[in-house]
Amino acid sequence: MKLPLDENKLIYMQIAEAIEDAVISGELSEGDQVYSTNQFARLYGINPATAAKGINLLVEEGILFKRRGIGMFVAEGARNMIISKRKKQFIEDHISKLIREAEKLNITKEDLIDIIRNYEGGDK
Amino acid sequence: MMTYAVECKNISKHFGKTTALSHINLNMEKDKIYGLLGRNGAGKSTLLNIVTAQTFPDDGEVKIFGESPYENGRALRNICIVKENGMFLKDVSVTGALDIASSFYNNWDKKLAERLLIEFQLDKRKTYRNLSLGMKSQLGIIVGLASRAPITIFDEPYIGLDAAGRQLFYDVLIEDYMENPRTIILSTHLIDEVSNLLEDVIILNKGEVMLEGNSEDIKNKAFYIRGTKDRVEKHISGKKVLSKEEFGNTMAVAIFDSISDNEIRAMELDDLAISSIPLQQLFIFLTGGKMIKRGDINE
Repeated sequence: MKLPLDENKLIYMQIAEAIEDAVISGELSEGDQVYSTNQFARLYGINPATAAKGINLLVEEGILFKRRGIGMFVAEGARNMIISKRKKQFIEDHISKLIREAEKLNITKEDLIDIIRNYEGGDK
Repeated sequence: MMTYAVECKNISKHFGKTTALSHINLNMEKDKIYGLLGRNGAGKSTLLNIVTAQTFPDDGEVKIFGESPYENGRALRNICIVKENGMFLKDVSVTGALDIASSFYNNWDKKLAERLLIEFQLDKRKTYRNLSLGMKSQLGIIVGLASRAPITIFDEPYIGLDAAGRQLFYDVLIEDYMENPRTIILSTHLIDEVSNLLEDVIILNKGEVMLEGNSEDIKNKAFYIRGTKDRVEKHISGKKVLSKEEFGNTMAVAIFDSISDNEIRAMELDDLAISSIPLQQLFIFLTGGKMIKRGDINE
């Protein structure tokens, strides 16, 4: 079976995001070995060079590290790194969009905060 | 200096007054999977016939691992080409065809051939002339994969093969490629099906190389942008536009150009929706004919 990919996004970015998601959810812990390039290629039915590109992106960011001859591992502090990166993205993408849309609908920031506070669900 | 698996230097080919290929320069690296894409009549098969020394070019030179393939048995044993119209003597059985192939290719993998016979459920006693179109394609695919040839070419190999049969081909291809890397050239119209398998893409159009490069890098330059007309126009000024559509105050464009992260952010702040263009759709935009010339694309 092949896992589905979104054809409107770059494949190697989707591979990198899938690894990041697994680290955030705790599926992969710091120090754990990550799937190899070939395993990703098999899992998604993609060229191994493309899978390697996604993995290397995370190596460059220090989220993964390479043990020569063994494979790729999740670096210490990776989870915090990913979370702070995602938080930044969240603010830039979602929060700014939310505020702009609220402005269009004449919802004040105070109202918006109330709406969020009273919104049902989302509390852990 | 790097030795390429396939090197084409300034190749041209004419059939009467028709130009099939015009000044083709291409280098294909060892152990990569290439997609050779082009519309009917773009020159794909002519190019592959030249690379495999089945046709002479009028001009230019081909090299296979640094050697000319013409009257060069050693170089030709490095190449396996599977064509849609088959390749075998008509009275040979499936087993006989595989035996012939196994004696020709040095790296022949008998186990793989036998496994694929079972997976495709191909009757090995049947003679070639009694095979259906789909079965002929299966046999071609088995030969191509089991040949383990350092350069393996599939030229539209799946006439008559159903979706499940093609999926089996793709799965075994990628699986076996990882264990035994080699240069693979897939020439196909089914771009959607193979795009994820490709490392590099070559688009031929009207006998010329229109575009070549890493498939993800190409995809990283191809975007749909949609939003209100004035804002879209503001952000795409100076970009290469492939297609533009308007409906009311909304505009959707397809562009082929690099966009920086800052530009993407600025577009998002203006409520523009951005997404990648799938390779097949990009191919249609590029080869659709209307407004694009070669010089507009390769910088």
